Amino acid sequence: MNTPTESGVAPRQETLRAWLLSDTPTSRKQAKLAALYRAWLSFRSNPMAMLGLIILMLLVGTAAFAPLLATHDPFAQDLAKRLSAPGVNGYILGSDTLGRDILSRLIYGARITLYIVTLVALLAPIVGLLVGTLAGYMGGWTNLILMRITDIFLAFPRLILALAFVSALGAGIENAVLAIVLTAWPPYARIARAETLTIRNSDFISAVKLQGAGAMRIITRHIWPLCISSLVIRVTLDMAGIILTAAGLGFLGLGAQPPSPEWGAMISAGRKFILDHWWVATMPGLAIFAVSLAFNLLGDGLRDVLDPKSKS
Amino acid sequence: MPSFPPFILASFRIVLSILVTMIGLLFVTFFIGRVMPIDPVLSVVGESASLETYNAAYKALGLDQPLFVQFFYFLVDVARGDFGVSLLTARPVSQDLIRVFPATVELATVGTVIGVVLGVPLGVIAAVKRDSWIDQIARVVALVGYSMPVFWIGLIGLLIFYGILGWIGGPGRLDIFYVDMIPSVTGMILVDSLIAGDMSIFWNAVSHIALPAGLLAYYSLAYISRMTRSFMLEQLSQEYITTARVKGLSEHAVVWRHALGNVKVPLVTVIALSYASLLEGSVLTETIFSWPGIGLYITTALLSADMSAVLGGTIVVGLVFVCLNILADLLYKYFDPRAQ
Repeated sequence: MNTPTESGVAPRQETLRAWLLSDTPTSRKQAKLAALYRAWLSFRSNPMAMLGLIILMLLVGTAAFAPLLATHDPFAQDLAKRLSAPGVNGYILGSDTLGRDILSRLIYGARITLYIVTLVALLAPIVGLLVGTLAGYMGGWTNLILMRITDIFLAFPRLILALAFVSALGAGIENAVLAIVLTAWPPYARIARAETLTIRNSDFISAVKLQGAGAMRIITRHIWPLCISSLVIRVTLDMAGIILTAAGLGFLGLGAQPPSPEWGAMISAGRKFILDHWWVATMPGLAIFAVSLAFNLLGDGLRDVLDPKSKS
Repeated sequence: MPSFPPFILASFRIVLSILVTMIGLLFVTFFIGRVMPIDPVLSVVGESASLETYNAAYKALGLDQPLFVQFFYFLVDVARGDFGVSLLTARPVSQDLIRVFPATVELATVGTVIGVVLGVPLGVIAAVKRDSWIDQIARVVALVGYSMPVFWIGLIGLLIFYGILGWIGGPGRLDIFYVDMIPSVTGMILVDSLIAGDMSIFWNAVSHIALPAGLLAYYSLAYISRMTRSFMLEQLSQEYITTARVKGLSEHAVVWRHALGNVKVPLVTVIALSYASLLEGSVLTETIFSWPGIGLYITTALLSADMSAVLGGTIVVGLVFVCLNILADLLYKYFDPRAQ
């Protein structure tokens, strides 16, 4: 005899699965959910991509629960215990030159990393989307001018341009974000324009036009939604690069300012002691490496799921 | 314009687009240097200057002129190779740049050469033996290369190979007692020491360049092997490959002569692009290894708010970057028989 809960739950899961995998969806919602579920199944079968996802979920969790996870105050100095080796004096990953706990600083630093990445990942594709769809849909002079500007920004080496921007704007986390956005949008504009060009002449756009829709409505309601998926793939693949650029700016002292526990700046602080106190610079570097590796794995997985033709 | 043959029109179009890109590039740097700082005059005269000094500097900088006139003067200066005077070295920025540029070229060239020599065969083998262990290794190598902060792995490399093992020379281009022992001809110490015939300096320079160049080589290897692999996979699935095999050609000839022969064209572009990105990547690498090239010059200038040095460096790296991109384009057209 089954207990009521067992008999109640098991079949319902089975039917939910069957409902999601049904070949004949009965509503738009079901079809959409089914597509999502299939994508998830295909994504889940890729162990490397799952590993990436898990690392990133850990990162988000770490950032969210930083006060609970941190063993020390990330800003509290204890000069008597400065430069303790990992495991000594109760510092799991050691302490830095001012006697601050490196692990706690890494945990709080996760917030800064997420903050930078989120802002850039939101802003840069939006700028690219605006420029690209406008150029692609309007054509003519608008296209020519916008695409020239895109080419000029593409021609610039990214890090150098970001360096110059930050040095003019002044060091700081917001300016670093701004500089990265200013150097990161051109590829998105290219992608959005290419998508727009293929969509622009399709029958459904002509149909919407015949119904009297203006350019604004067509771009925002009919072209933008179709550009999103290729932009999302590209953003995920670019995330690692964004993290490395942000960390590089931090390392050069142009990103988050001390005493902020930004990972790149922490490496820079440990640089002077690398030969005698290796852990100060090593630990934050491992954190950066893990997160950008995770984004690369996730991006590859997403690309395989969402864009089957680019499978190599 | 019907009398112009098409290739003249085409090259005119190319020249025009290069010019527009270059001017755009200069405009961006001009914008960064003259427009974005809150007050460019204060950065020249300092906070405590009198009103007269301030006004004089304002005029001297040409800030009373309309923006496009200022931009025109800026273009004229750049065309004359005048990037202003560095606050840090008190010398013209252009002279500084000429002095530091060979060091960067030396580093990026050695890096690219190693990257190509190892990366191309790795990519080819990974494509031929798809999904074998060597393909997996190539994949991991590329993945790690895309994910690792270069300034961090440079420090770790210094710690292990210099600090612990003592296999290589430390930061800088030479040990201190070798510095300035040989005449500077090309500015590249590896070449200069060979010209002077001084092998002890040559080997000392090798021990210093090994790690930074090896790191840059790793990054270019990651990129080049990845691209080679996907180009090769595309070629190996073509029908002419089947034909070549049916004809009874050895597998070696099919892969390395027929398939790789066709991959060469896009590969040239990839190599040029990777060279350009190494010039850029050198900013952080040079900082770590105290390598006195253009990257270190820019970052040192940054920290002392030496704006004309930063912008001069930015312009030069930007122009070299653009030129390499164009060169890659032209090489592609030159090597691709269909384009002729």
